Amino acid sequence: MSDATTGADTSADDDAAEDTASDDTAAAEPEPDDGRITVTIDGIERRVDPGGLVIDACNEHDAYVPHFCYHPRMSPVGMCRQCLVEVEGPRGTMMVVSCMTPTQDGQVVNTTTPSVKRAQEGVLELLLANHPLDCPVCDKGGECPLQDQAFSHGPGESRYIEQKRHYEKPIPISDLVFLDRERCILCDRCTRFADEVAGDKLIHFVSRGNDTQVMTFPDEPFVSYFSGNTVQICPVGALTAKPYRFKARPWDLSQVESTCTTCSVGCRTVVQASRDELLRYQGVDSDPVNHGWMCDRGRFNFEAVNSEHRLAEPQIRTESGLTDVSWNIAMTTAAAVITEALDGGGPERIGLLGGARGSNEDAFAWAQLADQIGVRYRDAQLGDGLPAELLGYPRATIDDAANASTIVLLGPDLKEELPVLYLRLRDAAEQRRSRIIEFSATETGLTPYAWKSIRHEPASAATAIEQAMADEEIAAQLAAGPVVAVVGRPNLAESPEATIAAAQRLLAGVSGATVLPALRRGNVVGALTLGLRPDDPDHDALATLRAAAEGRIDVLVLLGSDPLNDCPDSDLARRAIAGARRIISIDTHHSESTQRADVVLAAAAYGEKSGTTTNLEGRVSALGQKVTATGTSRPDWMIAVELGLLLGEHSLPSDHLLRGAATVDDVTDLIAATADGFASATRAALSAEPDGVLVDPAVPTPDPATFTAPSRNSYDYRLVVSRKLYDRAVGTAMSRSIAELAPDAAVHLNPLDVAQLGVEPGGDVTLTSASSTAVLPVVTNHAVPRGVVWSPFNQHGGSANELVDADADVTDVRIEPVR
Amino acid sequence: MPADAPDAPANGSAGDATNTAVPTGPKLITARFDQADGYTYDGYVASGGYDALRHALTSMAPEQVHDQVKASEIQGRGGAGFPAGVKWGFLPDGVFPRYIVVNGDESEPGTYKDRMLMELDPHQLIEGTLLACYAVGAAQAFLYVRGEMALAQERIAQALNDAYANNLVGERILGTDFSVDIHLSWGAGAYIVGEETALIESLEGERGMPRLKPPFFPAAKGLYLQPTIVNNVETLSNLPWIINHSGQDFYDLASPTSTGMRMFAVSGHVNAPGVFEVPNGTTTFRDLVEAPEYCGGVRQGRSVKAFIPGGASAIWFFPEHLDLPLDKATVDQAGSMLGSGAIVIMDDATDMVAACWRVVRFFARESCGKCTPCREGTTWLERILKRMLDGHGRAEDLATLLDVCESISPGLAWPPKQTTICPLGPSAVSPIVSAVERFRHEFEHYVEHGRPIDGVERHAIHGTGGQPVHVGAAHV
Repeated sequence: MSDATTGADTSADDDAAEDTASDDTAAAEPEPDDGRITVTIDGIERRVDPGGLVIDACNEHDAYVPHFCYHPRMSPVGMCRQCLVEVEGPRGTMMVVSCMTPTQDGQVVNTTTPSVKRAQEGVLELLLANHPLDCPVCDKGGECPLQDQAFSHGPGESRYIEQKRHYEKPIPISDLVFLDRERCILCDRCTRFADEVAGDKLIHFVSRGNDTQVMTFPDEPFVSYFSGNTVQICPVGALTAKPYRFKARPWDLSQVESTCTTCSVGCRTVVQASRDELLRYQGVDSDPVNHGWMCDRGRFNFEAVNSEHRLAEPQIRTESGLTDVSWNIAMTTAAAVITEALDGGGPERIGLLGGARGSNEDAFAWAQLADQIGVRYRDAQLGDGLPAELLGYPRATIDDAANASTIVLLGPDLKEELPVLYLRLRDAAEQRRSRIIEFSATETGLTPYAWKSIRHEPASAATAIEQAMADEEIAAQLAAGPVVAVVGRPNLAESPEATIAAAQRLLAGVSGATVLPALRRGNVVGALTLGLRPDDPDHDALATLRAAAEGRIDVLVLLGSDPLNDCPDSDLARRAIAGARRIISIDTHHSESTQRADVVLAAAAYGEKSGTTTNLEGRVSALGQKVTATGTSRPDWMIAVELGLLLGEHSLPSDHLLRGAATVDDVTDLIAATADGFASATRAALSAEPDGVLVDPAVPTPDPATFTAPSRNSYDYRLVVSRKLYDRAVGTAMSRSIAELAPDAAVHLNPLDVAQLGVEPGGDVTLTSASSTAVLPVVTNHAVPRGVVWSPFNQHGGSANELVDADADVTDVRIEPVR
Repeated sequence: MPADAPDAPANGSAGDATNTAVPTGPKLITARFDQADGYTYDGYVASGGYDALRHALTSMAPEQVHDQVKASEIQGRGGAGFPAGVKWGFLPDGVFPRYIVVNGDESEPGTYKDRMLMELDPHQLIEGTLLACYAVGAAQAFLYVRGEMALAQERIAQALNDAYANNLVGERILGTDFSVDIHLSWGAGAYIVGEETALIESLEGERGMPRLKPPFFPAAKGLYLQPTIVNNVETLSNLPWIINHSGQDFYDLASPTSTGMRMFAVSGHVNAPGVFEVPNGTTTFRDLVEAPEYCGGVRQGRSVKAFIPGGASAIWFFPEHLDLPLDKATVDQAGSMLGSGAIVIMDDATDMVAACWRVVRFFARESCGKCTPCREGTTWLERILKRMLDGHGRAEDLATLLDVCESISPGLAWPPKQTTICPLGPSAVSPIVSAVERFRHEFEHYVEHGRPIDGVERHAIHGTGGQPVHVGAAHV
C-alpha cells in the first residue's frame, strides 16, 4: 500500500516510463544505461528506452522525421505516410512508417537516404495536390506543420495541374469550431482525439477515397467540452476556433508560459497576445498534469480579460452611485472604512471572503494583512466547497490517481467541474490501468467508464460506501492496490458533512488510501493553505455571511468573490450583503456583489499579472504576465500591501515582512521563505521545472463526522444542485464565445417522474422547499434517478439555489406543475 | 482483391508448358453447377452433400482434418495464394475464442467465380466453413458476402436456414459435441473490404479501412482482436472434396506447385467468356483462350494484344506469355500474378490508354481514403489519363504519370513495394507500368494528336461489341 503514498517524483517517473509515446523524456531522471537498447540512427548508435517507436527515437536524436498524423498522446495510425524511413532487417532494407514501427535492439534506421527522401517528397507532393494553398488567408500560416514540412521535406514545387477538391469554405461544426475541408489532409488527429481522448465521438470520416472528409453526424454538432484541442492539434488550418479566427498572424504573437487558473487542475498553457491584447491560450504538454489538453472554458475565457466590462478604475459609492475615482481616494476610503471598523468593534467585525481566483502571492499578502489586523472571519471558499481540513489527508497527485488500481469518486461531476482531470481519469479507465468506483446521486461524465457506479440518495454517500465495502468483490478490489479517493462537493443542496463522513468511512476502511481534493476554484488550494482559511467552522464563509446578515460585520471584504451568485444559499447571501455595513470589493469585473459595494478596487486579471498558483494536488507553478493590466487595475497582493500601509496605527509594523514586498517576485520569495510547506516553491525551482513543484503544507484533518442523512418523505424529491462547465460565472459570462453555451436554468427529472407529475417536458413546475419556492422548467433526464431532482447551479432564468438552506443537511422539495 | 500473404511469393521453377492437349480433370466444386436444384438443401444432400462433415465429425479428429488440408497444399484462392493449411497453423495455441471469416467480398474486376459458387452451390461453402471451424476449433464463423450479390445473398441465407433446420449448423451438430454458429454479413459495396483486415473492420461495424500489419495479422489479432482465419469462398468450397477423398488425392490432381483444380474467370474479347474449373498449374493461358471447351478463341478471329492474368491489380501479360501454365510460381516468376483467377483478354483493336484509364479509374474510385499516396495518387493518375483521352495530354504527362506511380510504389518493381498501408494503391500502378512499357507510342500519340492510334476501337475494353462509348460521358 506504500505505493499509493509515494511522492510525486516517483509517480511522475512511472508515468514517463509507461507512456513511451511521450516525447517528454526530460522528466526521466539520469538513470544508468542498463535496460536501454541500441538503435543506429543515420549511422550513429543511440541508446533509447525499449518499447518506444522509431519516430520518437529519431526525433529525440537529431534525426527529425516529418509527420502529420502521429501525435505522442494518441495511438499511432500510420495514415499520412509522411514518416517513412528505411529499417534494415533480416529480410533486407524495408521502407516503413516510423510511427508504427517499434524500436528493437540492434535496429538500423536511415532517415536521409535518397530513397527515403524520394518517398517523403512524394508523399508531401501528394498531400499538397489537393491542398488549396490559401496560406495567405489561413490562420495557420506561419505555424503550420504542412507549410513547415513542405519547406523542409517537400519537393519544392507541384506538378498537379488538375482541378483541386472543392468544398464549401469553412462550415461550423460546433458553436466554437469551423471546418475547412479543402485544407484538411485527413490525418485523423481531430477524429482520433474526439474518440480516444475526449470520448465525444462526434466527428468522423464520411465518404471515401478522394472524397473522404471529416464530418459530424447529420444535425448533431461537435458538442464537446474539449473541441478546442482539435484546433490546436490540427496540422493544417482545417479547424479554426471562432474566438481566434482572423485575429492575428502567428508571427505577430508573443507568448509566455503560464498555468490556467480557470479550475484547480492547473493545466500548463501558453498565453499569446498581439498588440497588448490576449488572443489565444494553447495547451502545453505537462506530463504530470494536462498532457497538452485544455477544456474549452479554460481555452476561450481570455475573452473575459479583454471584455469591455472590465473594471478599469477604482470606484467609490457616492450620491450618484459607484463613481470612478483615483487610487489615492479609493485606497484612503478603503483604509478609513477598515480603520473605523477596527477602532469601533475590532477585527471580529471584519470579514474577508474569497482569494481563490488570484495567485499565491495575492492570497499570501491578504492572509498576512488579515493576520496582522486580526481578522478571523476569512474563507477562500463560499460555502460551496468542503472544509479546508480535507487538505489534511494524505495527498494524492493526479498521476497517483491515474495510475492507482482503484479510483474512488466521491464528488462532483469531474467532466463539468475539473474537465482535464476527467480526461486523465477517463484515460486511466480506458487504458485498463485503473478501476473507477463512483458514488454519486446522479450519473456523471465518468459513469460510462466506471467499473462500479453506485447511485445513492443525495447526502447518503457514507451509507453507500459502507454497503459497498461490505461487498466481497469491491472489498477485494479496494484491498488489491493503491486506492485514490477523489473527494469534492457533489451537491450544493446538501451538507458538506455528508461527503466528509463518506470520505472518512472510506479512509478508515482502506489503509493507505490517499485523497485528491476536487475543490474547483483555480487557486483554492493555494489560498486555503497560504492562510485564507478559517480557524474553525465558526469563522468560515457561511458563518461570516450569517454574522453579516445579523449586523455583526462592519466591513466585508470581497476578494474576487461574488456571494450573491456563488453561495449556494442565496437567501443568506442576500441578507449578508444587505446586513454588512460596508463592503470593499476587489474584482476584475462588476458582479452583482460588487454593485452593492462601497469601495470597488479594480484588480488585474489573469495574463495581466505574474506570480504562482497552486493546483489541487499542491503543485505550484508559474503564472505569466503577457499584457498590460486594464486601465489602472492592480494585482490583489499590491492592494493588500498598500492598504497595510494606510491603516494608521493598525498599519503593518515597520519590521513586517510585507514591508519588503515591492515586486511580485519579492512576495514569491517571501512565500518560499516563510510559508509552511512552500520552501520548495522557489523561483529558481519553478524556472527549472516548468511543470511545477509540489508543496506540502500541514493542514489539520477534519474531526470525525457523524453525519446521517435524514429520511425522505415519499412525496418529496431530494434536490441535487451542481455546476455545469458553462454557467454565469464571470469568466464564462464575459467571454462572448462561450457565454452562450451555458444551459438555461431548469429542473431535471427522471422521465418516469416527469410522467407521474403529469407535466410536459419544458413545462414549468413549482418547487417548494422548507425555506422557499422556485418556478423552473422541467427537463427529462435519464441520468437522474427517480425521486431525485437535479438543477444546474448559477444559470440564467431562475435558480434552484433559492431553495437551499445552508443550515439544513439536505434539501427536499415538493414539485407541482404550474397550472 | 488479393489478400496479403504473410510472406513474399516463393520462387518456383517454370513449369513445362505443353500445347498438345488440353489437360483435363474432375469437377471438384463446380459439379453441381449443371444440377438444376444443386443450390437447394435437398439437391445438395442428394448429391452427397454433408457427407464430408458427417465423416469428419464422427471419425476424424480436428488435427486430422487440418492434416488433410495441409497435405492437399491447397493455395488460397483469394489472390495471394498462401497455402491454407499453413495459414491455419499460425493460430496461437490455446487462445479462444477464435474465428473463421469467409471472404465472400469478391470484387476484383473480372472475377466472378465466388459469386457462382455462392449462387449455385451455397451448401458446399457452408460445409467447407464448418470443416474449417472443426479443424481449427472455432465456434463462430462469419460469412461476409459482397453487397451487390443479391442472388448469392438470398441463396446463402436460405441455405443457412436449411442447414440450421437440419442440425448441420448450430448447437451440437449431428448430435456431436461440435457447435458452430455462422453469421451472415452483407457488404456495402467497397472493393477494399476484400482485403482481409478491412473486411474485419467492416465486420466490426467500422469503416472498411485496412489495418496495419504489424501488428494486426489476423491470425494473431483479427476480429475483435481475437485470432482469426480469413479464407476465400473457393478455398473453403474445396474442403468437402478433400475430406471425402484425401489431401493427397487433391495434391495429385495437377502440378506439385499449384495443386488441385482451380476456377478461372475469363472475360474480355473472347468468343465465350465464362468461369472454368481447370487443372491447376498445367493448363495454359492459351488453352483457356483457344480451346473450344473453354473460350473458343478471340472474337472476330483477332489476336491477343495483351491480357490481365490475375485480376486488375496484376501486371499485364502479352502474346508471348500465352503458353505459360496457370501455375502460381511460374506466373510470379514471369513478373505478374495469378491473383484471384480473373483473366481479361484484350484483342488487337484495344485502345491501351483507354484500357489503362479504365482500370486506374476503378482503383481511384475504390480507394478507401485512409492513406495519402493511394487517396491522392490514384485520383491524380486517373485524371492525367483522362486528360490524355480527352485530347489535352501534355508532353510531360508521361513522366509525371510514372513519377506519381513511383510515389505510390517505389521502384515500380514486381512484387510491388508500397508507401501505402495496403496493396490497393500499387494495384493502380500495375496497368500503367504495363501499358506504358509496352505501348508507350500509344500514349505519345494521344499527347501529340489528341486521339488514339489508327486501328483501335475507342474504349474497346468495355466489351460493348465495338459500340464506341464517349469517354467524357462517364462519371469520374
